[in-house]
Amino acid sequence: MRLVDKRTRLSRRDFLATGGAAALVVGTGSLAAPSGAWSMEVTTLQPATMRTLIQVSRDIYPHDRLADHAYATALAPYDAASAEDVSLKQLLESGVTDLNAKTKAAHGVEYVQVGWEGQRVALLQSVETTEFFQKLRGDLLSGLYNNQAIWPKFGYEGASADKGGYLERGFDDIDWV
Amino acid sequence: MATQFDKDDASLAVVVGSGAGGGTLATALAQAGIKTVVLEAGPRYEIEDFVNDEWEMFNKISWLDKRTTSGSWQVARDFPNLPAWIVKAVGGTSIHWAGASLRMQDHELKAASTYGDVKGANLLDWPITLADLEPYYAKAEARMGVTRTNDIPGLPGNNNFKVLKAGADKLGYKKCHSGRMAVNSQPRDGRNACQQIGFCLQGCKMGAKWSTLYAEIPKGEATGNLEVRPDAQVLTIEHDAQGKVSAVVYADKSGQLQRQKARIVAVAGNSIESPRLLLNSSSSTFPDGLANSSGQVGRNYMRHMTGSVYAIFERPVHMYRGTTMAGIVTDESVNAPNRGFVGGYEMETVALGLPFLAAFLQPGAWGRDFTSAMDSYDHMAGMWLVGEDMPQESNKVSLHASEKDKHGMAIPNVHYDDHANDLAMRAHAYERGRALYDAVGAVRTFPTPPYPSTHNLGTNRMSEKSDDGVVNKWGQAHDVENLFVSDGSQFTTGGAENPTLTIVALALRQADYIRDQMAKGAL
Ligand SMILES: Cc1cc2nc3c(=O)[nH]c(=O)nc-3n(C[C@H](O)[C@H](O)[C@H](O)COP(=O)(O)OP(=O)(O)OC[C@H]3O[C@@H](n4cnc5c(N)ncnc54)[C@H](O)[C@@H]3O)c2cc1C
Ligand code: SF4
Repeated sequence: MRLVDKRTRLSRRDFLATGGAAALVVGTGSLAAPSGAWSMEVTTLQPATMRTLIQVSRDIYPHDRLADHAYATALAPYDAASAEDVSLKQLLESGVTDLNAKTKAAHGVEYVQVGWEGQRVALLQSVETTEFFQKLRGDLLSGLYNNQAIWPKFGYEGASADKGGYLERGFDDIDWV
Repeated sequence: MATQFDKDDASLAVVVGSGAGGGTLATALAQAGIKTVVLEAGPRYEIEDFVNDEWEMFNKISWLDKRTTSGSWQVARDFPNLPAWIVKAVGGTSIHWAGASLRMQDHELKAASTYGDVKGANLLDWPITLADLEPYYAKAEARMGVTRTNDIPGLPGNNNFKVLKAGADKLGYKKCHSGRMAVNSQPRDGRNACQQIGFCLQGCKMGAKWSTLYAEIPKGEATGNLEVRPDAQVLTIEHDAQGKVSAVVYADKSGQLQRQKARIVAVAGNSIESPRLLLNSSSSTFPDGLANSSGQVGRNYMRHMTGSVYAIFERPVHMYRGTTMAGIVTDESVNAPNRGFVGGYEMETVALGLPFLAAFLQPGAWGRDFTSAMDSYDHMAGMWLVGEDMPQESNKVSLHASEKDKHGMAIPNVHYDDHANDLAMRAHAYERGRALYDAVGAVRTFPTPPYPSTHNLGTNRMSEKSDDGVVNKWGQAHDVENLFVSDGSQFTTGGAENPTLTIVALALRQADYIRDQMAKGAL
């Protein structure tokens, strides 16, 4: 059968960018991958807030084959939206502050510094019903999975009408049933 | 130049809604020489405007005006403001539908007599039988080009179908094929053959799938007897001193109110909007809403027993390639009460793209349990389970006590409690679905809960007697002789089958009746 190539079609440098948000370099008004492969400007939210949101997002929808960049892309619209909407900014900033407070009480460090995924997930479970968590989860659902750039990683091919559909491209090519 | 009728022309048939029911009725009336205007709440898109993108199309053409929900159904928890997936555009939900076109069975039209007394169910026999419907089923199948009828070959089975078929064979099911689909397996009626694009639920770019948008309405317009007025949401239906309907009031694109006079009015806004409109049209003569002397308007809301089973296999499937629903097992759509419930269900292939699967596989889920399933997206097969649910008087569409839409019309609330029979059927269907996939070596299976309702039925039901329902066997209101209901809200009971073929057959039958009654001067 015709398979979808799931290899990352990016430079080696970018490939190296995969990793936990703790490694991201936080500057004034920006975040960057340690390799320098990508960076992100933030003007309304605190860069440290964005870094935490990236880690929280990965912990909500963990896909080991996705680089941090995929989560950052899903979250990027929050920065501009927060400029327009003070209550959104407040929700995100205070959500992260509360999560960090909980984390400090339990582990003595901030959320992104908790090294074990299991411990971070337990923290998220304790805030699962908050408006902060539910808003983030709901927005990620489309922000993450509706990003065409990551579809090949899942073997999804997206639009097909422009390629003539699958009539000649494997609609019935299953070879194991 | 497209036909334009005068708003003061009181000789017109006015049809509310241009979907499967309204679009077909209006076209058939125009073809019979009856001047008809369709008022459609949504805009008019054409095939060029369709895109192969799930969220983009959803956001572009769905009915997203606020609705509320109540009741024990899981949809109320997962999608509290989206009880139903319905299109607001010329063509209605026939743009998004998958095309599965099945006839109801004789016993399903006699649900009360066949199933007997089912506690809590408001069962009734239809006032028509399969024999009454058969000639119109035949007409509808020919018109829509349903595969496996009229010598039209079946569609070729795609990967998702092949998995279904292999499992069905292993379980000993005898009736599994690539479906009766209103999708061209070969060019027909000026429309292309299916190219296996796989975005059937986003609008068919080939025009291979029947939709009133391009397979009916243009034919009606070509007669010069049909005007389709988009961006026209009907807010109330008015009547004269004799209690006959005389006009409708609608909001145009700019929100201005307009009044269109009418000789007859046919309501086809789908089973949430149609009762909403009747309830919103109360007057001193009809204090509980138009045509509601029975108190049944909005009640007996049905949405089919539904659910899906997705399964992950060791090897790839690519379920998203090809026609979304061209695959069916009909062995379970019999009435065999020894299974622990009355009525039956169908098992049909279904595939969602990655974005929709993320939203619908396990609504609300997060963490590795969920994402590990998504990681196996290309190794998944999927089926949709659809069966008869019980009409219950308390399951209803009603007007919200305080909230109004932008035109000042009360928004609808949709209340639904699963009946014990529905729950027993769903449990059985999930189990059989899992067994089917297990038989082909599934490594993990998921019982996916119902999506927002795609099949909305029963809220203006047909009945022999005027105190049991809203319309008679022609879909004509018991209380108002020149008012008709022309969509799935007429259904007395739901049957196991996807409803659209029956909606179209009823619309064609109603068109003949209206033509004959007008010719006799009775309307
Ligand atoms: C994803 C999906 C897949 C489906 N697949 C199948 C399938 O395979 N087989 C099958 O049989 N069925 C299927 N269905 C169901 C099918 O689409 C419906 O049964 C059918 O379209 C209902 O026809 P209708 O005329 O009652 O309503 P619709 O087609 O929904 O049309 C109603 C129209 O009325 C308009 N309207 C509503 N209120 C007003 C108002 N007040 N004023 C003016 N206009 C108004 C709406 O905007 C809409 O355009 C599917 C549905 C969905 C969503
Ligand atoms: S698979 Fe066939 S029916 Fe479905 S959208 Fe494509 S061409 Fe149309």
